[in-house]
Amino acid sequence: MSTMTLAKALNAGLRAAMENDPKVLVMGEDVGKLGGVFRITDGLQKDFGEDRVIDSPLAESGILGTAVGMAMRGYRPVCEIQFDGFVYPAYDQIVSQVAKLHFRSQGRVPMPMVIRIPFGGGIGAVEHHSESPEAQFAHTPGLKVVACSNPVDGYWMIQQAIASPDPIVFLEPKRQYHADKAEVDTTAAPDPLFASRVVRSGDAATLIAYGPTVKTCLSAAEAAAQEGRELEVIDLRTLSPLDLDPVFDSVRRTGRAVVVHEAHVNLGMGSEVAARITEQCFYSLEAPVLRVGGFDTPYPPSRIEEDFLPDLDRVLDAVDRALAY
Amino acid sequence: MTAVPDVFHASQAAWHGGGPELVQLLTPEGERVEHPGITLDLGDAAQEAEAIRGFYRDMVLTRRIDTEATALQRHGELGIWAQLLGQEAAQIGSGRALRPQDFVFPTYREHGVAYCRGVDPLDLLGLFRGVDHGRWDPADHNFGLYTIVIGAQTLHAVGYAMGVQRDGAVGTGDEDRDTAVLAYFGDGASSQGDVNESFVFGASYHTPVVFFCQNNQWAISEPIERQSRIPLYQRALGFGFPGVRVDGNDVLATYAVTQAALQRAREGQGPTFIEAYTYRMGAHTTTDDPTRYRLNDDLERWKLRDPIERVRVYLVRNGLADEAFFAEIEDEAARMGEHLRAGCKALGDPDPRGIFDLVYAEQTPELAAQRDEFAAYLASFEEVAR
Repeated sequence: MSTMTLAKALNAGLRAAMENDPKVLVMGEDVGKLGGVFRITDGLQKDFGEDRVIDSPLAESGILGTAVGMAMRGYRPVCEIQFDGFVYPAYDQIVSQVAKLHFRSQGRVPMPMVIRIPFGGGIGAVEHHSESPEAQFAHTPGLKVVACSNPVDGYWMIQQAIASPDPIVFLEPKRQYHADKAEVDTTAAPDPLFASRVVRSGDAATLIAYGPTVKTCLSAAEAAAQEGRELEVIDLRTLSPLDLDPVFDSVRRTGRAVVVHEAHVNLGMGSEVAARITEQCFYSLEAPVLRVGGFDTPYPPSRIEEDFLPDLDRVLDAVDRALAY
Repeated sequence: MTAVPDVFHASQAAWHGGGPELVQLLTPEGERVEHPGITLDLGDAAQEAEAIRGFYRDMVLTRRIDTEATALQRHGELGIWAQLLGQEAAQIGSGRALRPQDFVFPTYREHGVAYCRGVDPLDLLGLFRGVDHGRWDPADHNFGLYTIVIGAQTLHAVGYAMGVQRDGAVGTGDEDRDTAVLAYFGDGASSQGDVNESFVFGASYHTPVVFFCQNNQWAISEPIERQSRIPLYQRALGFGFPGVRVDGNDVLATYAVTQAALQRAREGQGPTFIEAYTYRMGAHTTTDDPTRYRLNDDLERWKLRDPIERVRVYLVRNGLADEAFFAEIEDEAARMGEHLRAGCKALGDPDPRGIFDLVYAEQTPELAAQRDEFAAYLASFEEVAR
């Protein structure tokens, strides 16, 4: 048992995965000596060598494209995309190659690969450093998409993702990297990777979140509790496939659901979650499923990003609207 | 007007002729010539003759695969076909230079290379018939699936070569272990970001990869001049590895140059760029109409440089093959044609319920549910029909 931040937990998880399987490689820009711009790969090159922790030329399509070849040769590449907004140069390799090889080869060419992307805003960065591209990957058959929200999940989920035989887009809430510490029991049996989790129980409404907005929703639930209103909070953890049975169970009890993410609301994950709740829980719903997210604008300049990002008040405003039905 | 300083003048004018730098060992007239930079090593005289007869046979069969598939498209048995007519020497010369442990990353036109790797040519038709996306097992042949996104496979080749390095399968001196990777692409692909990134990565890590560009002069309707203002092979220098232009219609030169480049790779000397200078005699694919954008004169000129005819002339003139040899190959080509005609029509449609289980190595509950719903939906019609 030790206390660590999300950044340290991910680092420890990567280290454990590399120790367990010599085929695991880490690759990306500045992941070697520097340890990554967020230090997630800190010390790995020193311990595992330049052949396994590979500083790449500055070309994202090159990182993903060469990772495809390494996977075909029997390796398990873990690619770091430095910031969310820099994944697009690799988009073709991810959606046309990584995602499709298992299918088009009729299962003969598996793509065990992890694409780590620090995502989301709230760090005062310049443009292209605060985006939430998850829906674009969740919309792509052949990829699996997960998002961790806390150090315990960071430690376990990265190892489970690396062990998976399928390509996984692994989203890390960058503003949580160095924020909160948690006790991580590295000997405990972890939850399954593709499972959502109820992180706070309640009966008034269900808040559905993942990545950075889990903390936002927990704060909102805390505030609501002080007013005598108990909100249930669910951390989706997996965005593709979705694991919505716990959500359906919850909504059947609460009758109200609010989906919260930083990504643009239009055609975001919330749209899919809302549609599925409507299909499965139609007669239990007391109100339409509401979505709280980033506006349908490009990410704004950072001095006003707090207005763009869902916060405690916007979540509670949505809860009020849901309860008003 | 300010004069442009001399330092900015390109050392090479834009120019795309075969040119004096073209490596050639067999002229279009079937004359064996020498080149100071490369030696053809096919063993003693008898072995060499046997090998050249083999190249001839391979090229004739490859051309038959191509013409047969084109005919199958015309008869509606294939949706489309990417023709290789004119590129037989480039593909057989390079394909025959490979060792079993080497790995190939093809485009969608490498039918001759596929044949060299032991892929049943019938298996090439599935993609073009629309019954699969590639039905051979890449691991069985060390021959990747056809890649349609232009140039994407060159990065896969470099990554695979990085894996080869990590396996310690480079520069050991063990000729059954040391492995090279051969990446095919075309003149059009040379403009793609992925191809340029593959050059950067390949050079940076000194990977055992050979970049084999078949410059067939055309990217659908766009001539090579639209892609490059210098001969393509000269780009290699800018990336930090050697480039060479070989007569892609000369199977002997293509073999010798590729063999040498693959050997450099296996020995750990890094990447090589080969520009196989050739010509796409057919259309881009069976849906294309080249009469809209190119002159028949060009075609007539390139017909005189046919890759197969020059080898036939060489074999006959030097008494290395008799009529029985050519008759046997014609018979073999006819059998290949029959194999493809009968086999193609027997390539049945896949079961639509089967697509759900191919997406992931570990099936998701969502997709399994979608499959079951679709199966039930289909079954509902069958019940009505009953």
